[in-house]
Amino acid sequence: MKLKLASMVLAGVMAAVPAMADLVYPSLSYRTGPYAVNGIPFADGYADYFTLINERDGGIGGVPIKMIECETGYNTEKGVECYEATKGQGALIYQPLSTGITYQLIPKASADGIPVHSMGYGRTSAANGKIFEWIFNYPANYWNGASIAINHILDINGGDIAGKSVALVYHNSAYGKEPIRTLEELSKKHGYKLTTIAVDHPGQEQKSQWLQIRREKPDYVLMWGWGVMNPVAIQEAVNIRYPMENFIGIWWSGSENDVIPAGAGANGYKALAFHGVGNDYPLYGDLQKYVVDAGKAAGAGDQLGTVLYNRGLYAAMLAVEATKKAQAIHGVAQVTPAMVRDGMEALEITEASMAALGLPNFGPEISVTCENHGGAGDGAVTQWDAGAQKWNLISDFGPSDMDVIGKLIAGDSAAYAAENKISERCN
Amino acid sequence: MPDQLLYAMEVTVNGLMAGVLYSLVALGFVLIFKSSGIFNYAQGVFALFAALTLVGIQNGQVPFAHLINSIFGTNIHKFGWHVPSVLAIILTIGVMVLLAILVERYILRHLVNQPDIILFMATIGLAYFLEGFGDIMWGSDLKKLDVNLPQGISETIETTTFNWFGYGFFVDKLDIVATVIAVILVTGLTLFSQYTKQGRALRAVADDHQAALSVGISLRYIWVLVWSIAGFVALVAGMMWGAKSGVQFSLSLIALKALPVLMLGGFTSIPGAIVGGLIIGVGEKLFEFSIGPMIGGATENWFAYVLALLFLVFRPQGLFGEKIIERV
Repeated sequence: MKLKLASMVLAGVMAAVPAMADLVYPSLSYRTGPYAVNGIPFADGYADYFTLINERDGGIGGVPIKMIECETGYNTEKGVECYEATKGQGALIYQPLSTGITYQLIPKASADGIPVHSMGYGRTSAANGKIFEWIFNYPANYWNGASIAINHILDINGGDIAGKSVALVYHNSAYGKEPIRTLEELSKKHGYKLTTIAVDHPGQEQKSQWLQIRREKPDYVLMWGWGVMNPVAIQEAVNIRYPMENFIGIWWSGSENDVIPAGAGANGYKALAFHGVGNDYPLYGDLQKYVVDAGKAAGAGDQLGTVLYNRGLYAAMLAVEATKKAQAIHGVAQVTPAMVRDGMEALEITEASMAALGLPNFGPEISVTCENHGGAGDGAVTQWDAGAQKWNLISDFGPSDMDVIGKLIAGDSAAYAAENKISERCN
Repeated sequence: MPDQLLYAMEVTVNGLMAGVLYSLVALGFVLIFKSSGIFNYAQGVFALFAALTLVGIQNGQVPFAHLINSIFGTNIHKFGWHVPSVLAIILTIGVMVLLAILVERYILRHLVNQPDIILFMATIGLAYFLEGFGDIMWGSDLKKLDVNLPQGISETIETTTFNWFGYGFFVDKLDIVATVIAVILVTGLTLFSQYTKQGRALRAVADDHQAALSVGISLRYIWVLVWSIAGFVALVAGMMWGAKSGVQFSLSLIALKALPVLMLGGFTSIPGAIVGGLIIGVGEKLFEFSIGPMIGGATENWFAYVLALLFLVFRPQGLFGEKIIERV
């Protein structure tokens, strides 16, 4: 009887804990609820890249990858529950795909010693590695995004936008308000007039906001939206005949889901990007062969090359590269979260390394250091071609205004450090 | 005429149009509450499910494709045909009638004579079940609704108002269509309840279940009828809202816009749903226009409820609701 009981306990423990030979990456996904439309392609891209590495390369450094998917429904409480439920299973990196969840995980993950990578979202000042030891947000953050949008407007106006008017249509949440401070600082520097226009969650009804834009006729409209807010805003812009080439969304307002409902009217709409578009990269041949054709794709296999699928894939690629770096630094294949953090902090993504991965020109070059967890903050501009039903990159990955952003990051992270009694590191 | 006055007039017109869209959602709630005393929490999900079904049928999508493919190892997603809009709408109405029959057969029939709160809880369960069921049946990806509804600024109104005032008003053609459909719906529902046998039976059930049963009216038949009509209204609402944003799961959140309309117009009055919608639409838009910029904007969601609460304080049964009389 005792032997039977002991066997059952042992079997239970073995079932609950993955084999020690696995590299574990939790995927906090949202395949249900109002934001599922965006959550699904990201989760598919994230999962498919890990599957590719397992199927083609036999894992990372010979150690297989185990991805644990946990449904958050884009709900912060559920996201925290997912973190608590998976952190004990050997989780190496968390990529929460939600600013709200990221904010909640910053103190928890820091205390638990597990790195968080909030790529293009989350707490912007986490780019300061001297304060945020466990949090990373390379290759770009919201403030980089605001500056890249203004840089693009500067480019098309010959470098002078004094007297121009710029309206920011934003999701009335912490996420949507993120770029305001940066845009205010940049307006002082470049002399444009900034108007901010809030849209309440979920953003299904925006008539008032777009009537205001129709009345005030801003030269440019920037958008910080997510979910249903994006297609509704683009449709309303079409309705009031706002020139689409003057309408620029952040990278979270620039997927196929956002423009397709507006049909041909969305032609010319622009959005920022920190990775490439489409599937014209050598890596996609391998994805097709080892993942889709092998029947191992996370979804139906019809999302390859869409913006959010590419973003999920890019996130997984960066996690894998950081793990490889950690293995190289520590000389072991079975790395721990602390070792992966070291790998992230020493990550170098060059054009040559991206080409070697089958992703030439897919993203900006990244160099992470102890002090700088945000990378260079480079980004590009994409434009929607409604006729061809595809996004095109219309600029190179260019720099943001780090003179302005650097000061904002230093100020905000210093306030966080004082509030949480954190001493600076990297000295 | 001063610019601000012209802008306020434009905002008012657009508020009225937005109010009509809110009313379309509220109508479904009213129909079911009026006939059975049930606050149907699932009405927003009904609109989502109807719109998903319409697009799915139209595009020849294989229902439960993901499930079928997982079980049988197949890779089928489309039938390969495109169903014309009118036929797809008729088939969707059929699906909504079938849904009403199933709701009556498997939920309502077992809850006769239960307290209202139990029936309300059942509709919460129904809402979450239907959302998951819709997901499995049609998938969570975004679907473009293409039933040839006109959209964009009405040039006629813009030109006319420009000639009158020197400023062209913006009115969305989709909102004009929604208004026409709402008028037809309300007229049709009013005529149906006043002049048809089924309509009179429906009113009798609404007045007194026991008395209606005693004269031979089938409660089950009336419930199927009402839930079918509510399903049809949900389809109309889903089409109108889905045309704006594409059909995606956030469509179920349109129910949030109906609640203040119901509080204001009353849960039992079809005209109340319309007038309530118009008041909420105009009120929230004018508040956003005049006060919004001073307090950071995005006032519409909460102000609609403030407006409804104000009415509720003075008239608890709503503007057109039946007066609440409790015998002691």
